[in-house]
Amino acid sequence: MFLQLVISGISFGSLYALVALAMVIIYKTSEVPNFGQGEMSMLSTFVAYALLVTHSHSFIFSFIGALLFAAALGIFLEFVFLRRAKDPNILSLILITLGFQMMLYGLASWKWGADQRDLPFPVSDFDVINLGTAVISYLNIATILITLVLMFMLFLFFKYTKVGIAMKATQQNVMAARINGIRTNRILSLTWAMSSMIGAVAGILLAPIATLDPNLMLDPLLKGFAAAVLGGMTTLVGAALGGYMLGVIENLFGGYISLEFKSVVAFGIIVLVLCFKPSGLFAKHYVRKV
Amino acid sequence: MALLEIKNIETFYTLIYALRGVSLTVEEGTITAILGNNGAGKSTILKTVMGLLDDQPDKGTIEFMGKRIDGKDPEVIVRMGISYVPEGREVFEELSVKENLLMGAYIRKDRAAIKKDFNQIYKYFPVLKEREEQWAGTLSGGEQQMLAIGRALMNRPKLLFLDEPSLGLSPILVKEIFEIIKTINQEGATILLVEQNARMALSISDIGLIIENGRFVMKGKSKELMEDKDVQEFYMGMRSEESAKGYQRWKRKKRWR
Ligand SMILES: Nc1ncnc2c1ncn2[C@@H]1O[C@H](COP(=O)(O)OP(=O)(O)OP(=O)(O)O)[C@@H](O)[C@H]1O
Ligand SMILES: [Mg+2]
Repeated sequence: MFLQLVISGISFGSLYALVALAMVIIYKTSEVPNFGQGEMSMLSTFVAYALLVTHSHSFIFSFIGALLFAAALGIFLEFVFLRRAKDPNILSLILITLGFQMMLYGLASWKWGADQRDLPFPVSDFDVINLGTAVISYLNIATILITLVLMFMLFLFFKYTKVGIAMKATQQNVMAARINGIRTNRILSLTWAMSSMIGAVAGILLAPIATLDPNLMLDPLLKGFAAAVLGGMTTLVGAALGGYMLGVIENLFGGYISLEFKSVVAFGIIVLVLCFKPSGLFAKHYVRKV
Repeated sequence: MALLEIKNIETFYTLIYALRGVSLTVEEGTITAILGNNGAGKSTILKTVMGLLDDQPDKGTIEFMGKRIDGKDPEVIVRMGISYVPEGREVFEELSVKENLLMGAYIRKDRAAIKKDFNQIYKYFPVLKEREEQWAGTLSGGEQQMLAIGRALMNRPKLLFLDEPSLGLSPILVKEIFEIIKTINQEGATILLVEQNARMALSISDIGLIIENGRFVMKGKSKELMEDKDVQEFYMGMRSEESAKGYQRWKRKKRWR
């Protein structure tokens, strides 16, 4: 049972890790936890659904279409709402992201209703591979692999591409970025596009095991946020590790202690981290000498 | 030819009237030094020209190589050939030294030449080569200053702004930095230098200007300014006593001009 719980914990943890990454990428640039993140992924997942089921396109086409939609949505929200905020403080920014959340939730409910739908996924959740005492489904494997590939791509992007480094530079010091000719507004748009796309991948991977309705991302968003806090909000590696840890801990808790209170684990972790190590478990932040 | 032509600019920080009609011409190939006490408005001049202050200058015009640049964004101004080493270094603390320099060349596409410029910077500042892979935030203050200058040079600027490059450096390092500034100038870059260290600044510059309360109160050949009694007394630390009276005498003198 232990192995089984760990395996599915890692699979869920992958999704939390993706949500956490999406959050942290935005947090580092816009300095706000984006509570609209979940609804952004949910809406993008619905777009995948519409392309795939309603318009009978191929899965790949629908997947790419949903990602493009996600990118556009991220750019749109940042450009139209966040950027307009004059002298924003953190509270007003959070309120704006909560506004996204409600707006997008409303939009999805209006367009697709509260019906529960299935997003057909080309990889099955029922075919499994036996690993001794445990099994792992093809979908779990796909989830884990896709997440790892995505993370590796992010790593390469931030380490080796000029734009990736410029994005880090902008996160660290906007003024210095501008005087080096970095168009920081474009970087901001790109950040939102990337984050939104990562979130969309999480949504599309989640939909086949959950059911697709406007509440799809409610729970994962919370978990992803907890994972990001666990990782310190500012490091991508921390966010990813936080996601996996949360997935596994939560599953073990559900398996051995109480299934009913499984979801409370995330809350508990947020509270514990904020009490004992507010900078997160993995923060390797350089502390500015004053 | 005048590379930079500032005409009568006025700059506000909301209600604070920081620049009260500043005009300045920077000739190509020269080093121009702006001196003045804390809060006089030195940094504000550079920030205004760089386009870093939203909606400023409030009045006046700024021309670079004959083209108006006032009201333009820093991203645009940098591309026209002005580089800026801000007060307090402002390096990217969680990027490596190498990545910082790479960001300095952000707007360039000529890879081979960029590589050559890396070597040039490492020749000016060998310590940066040693620290290539280290986070800039972990460098000493002096090393960060070298990095900030190096980063600005990576853009191959026609005009280089330096805001207090000597701030917080040991006397030996100050000397070294100023020698390098001189070399950079001889290799073709025009330099506008803001300094508290008047002696050093005047010793390497061609033209010196003195700013007080948002206005230039004096301008001259650096050599002549160095001989000037008032400059010696008020800006080069040769003051006999630091009295309120002395300050007033300076005020009076200013009013007569
Ligand atoms: N961001 C700001 N907001 C409000 N006032 C400012 C701001 N920056 C500068 N000032 C004011 O504008 C005036 C000029 O400041 P500036 O930074 O140009 O001085 P400085 O000559 O560079 O001084 P220092 O040698 O100390 O760097 C000062 O009175 C300062 O208080
Ligand atoms: Mg200053």
